[in-house]
Amino acid sequence: MARVIVVTSGKGGVGKTTSTAALGAALAQAGQNVVVVDFDVGLRNLDLVMGAERRVVFDLINVVHGDAKLPQALIRDKRVETLHLLPASQTRDKDALRPEGVARVIGELRDRFDWVICDSPAGIERGATLAMYHADAAVVVTNPEVSSVRDSDRIIGLLDAKTQRAERGETIEKHLLLTRYDPVRAARGEMLKTEDVLEILSIPLLGIIPDSQEVLRASNLGIPVTLANASSSPARAYFEAAKRLKGETLPVTVPVERNASFIGRLFGRRAVA
Amino acid sequence: MSLLSFFVRRSSAPVARERLQILLAHERTVNGKSDLAAVLQEEILAVIARHMAIDRDKVQVKLDRGPAVSTLEIDIEMPAEPALLAAARA
Repeated sequence: MARVIVVTSGKGGVGKTTSTAALGAALAQAGQNVVVVDFDVGLRNLDLVMGAERRVVFDLINVVHGDAKLPQALIRDKRVETLHLLPASQTRDKDALRPEGVARVIGELRDRFDWVICDSPAGIERGATLAMYHADAAVVVTNPEVSSVRDSDRIIGLLDAKTQRAERGETIEKHLLLTRYDPVRAARGEMLKTEDVLEILSIPLLGIIPDSQEVLRASNLGIPVTLANASSSPARAYFEAAKRLKGETLPVTVPVERNASFIGRLFGRRAVA
Repeated sequence: MSLLSFFVRRSSAPVARERLQILLAHERTVNGKSDLAAVLQEEILAVIARHMAIDRDKVQVKLDRGPAVSTLEIDIEMPAEPALLAAARA
């Protein structure tokens, strides 16, 4: 039974695409059959973060319009063979996403995969509402920062009103993924704490992804962080989050860097990051 | 991570820079125009369809854009002999 997940946030730049790639890769690394779908039509980036930007021929819009068959548009990851990407179009705009076409494509993806992970565009317009419409569950990506928390609250409201499940009177599962978290600054009172964000948004916590230079390094290389450096702190946090998505219960921790390099420690790289 | 890769770990920014240069060089020429790969596929399929019946679901198109050379790979499953003959007679 396939699960359709939307990775959403309202606010831009909080880590939706990074998280889509990392969660998708983590699930695929655990043997699950996964497709990550880019809904950010006109501003696609999931292909770049996945390192597949040179292999895009057809995209979601081509499949929605029937110009290409789904298998022609799916790009299989070269590192994990159960991981696939359905890229967005770069040349069209979001009006090209027809709701009935999207419904058909999501249905076909449900037949082929265990997990369909939809990377939502920022904002609350058509692209974002279509990305969430068919979801069984949502991952709400939030930074411990006031504007991000406010926008997440708005998105949670939309999830409860504008999704298919909501329209049918069913509930949609919502999970909070706290990204760019710096435990040291939170402890010093310079950053909202996890408890603060959880209290305000009151949805269950999927994971806390520590702020780390490994995330930027992975996107530079075009490799999901769980593949680029599986032992790094953000990768371990994403692996745990993926297990929770699968329904496992494990205590939420903030992984710390195990082997900060000697030179890094010597020059206090974390201080300048 | 092995000890060797710890010492020779290359910085990632140059990789990012190169990837972006290749991608953007392509996108700036394509934006606003129809996608060359799609146009090529259509025309190549039309030529082949003149000589044999082909199943559109059994066509796979792969693209790999490189800094100097890009490759477009079109994989068409040819029908079995009877279908081929039927199409040729028609």
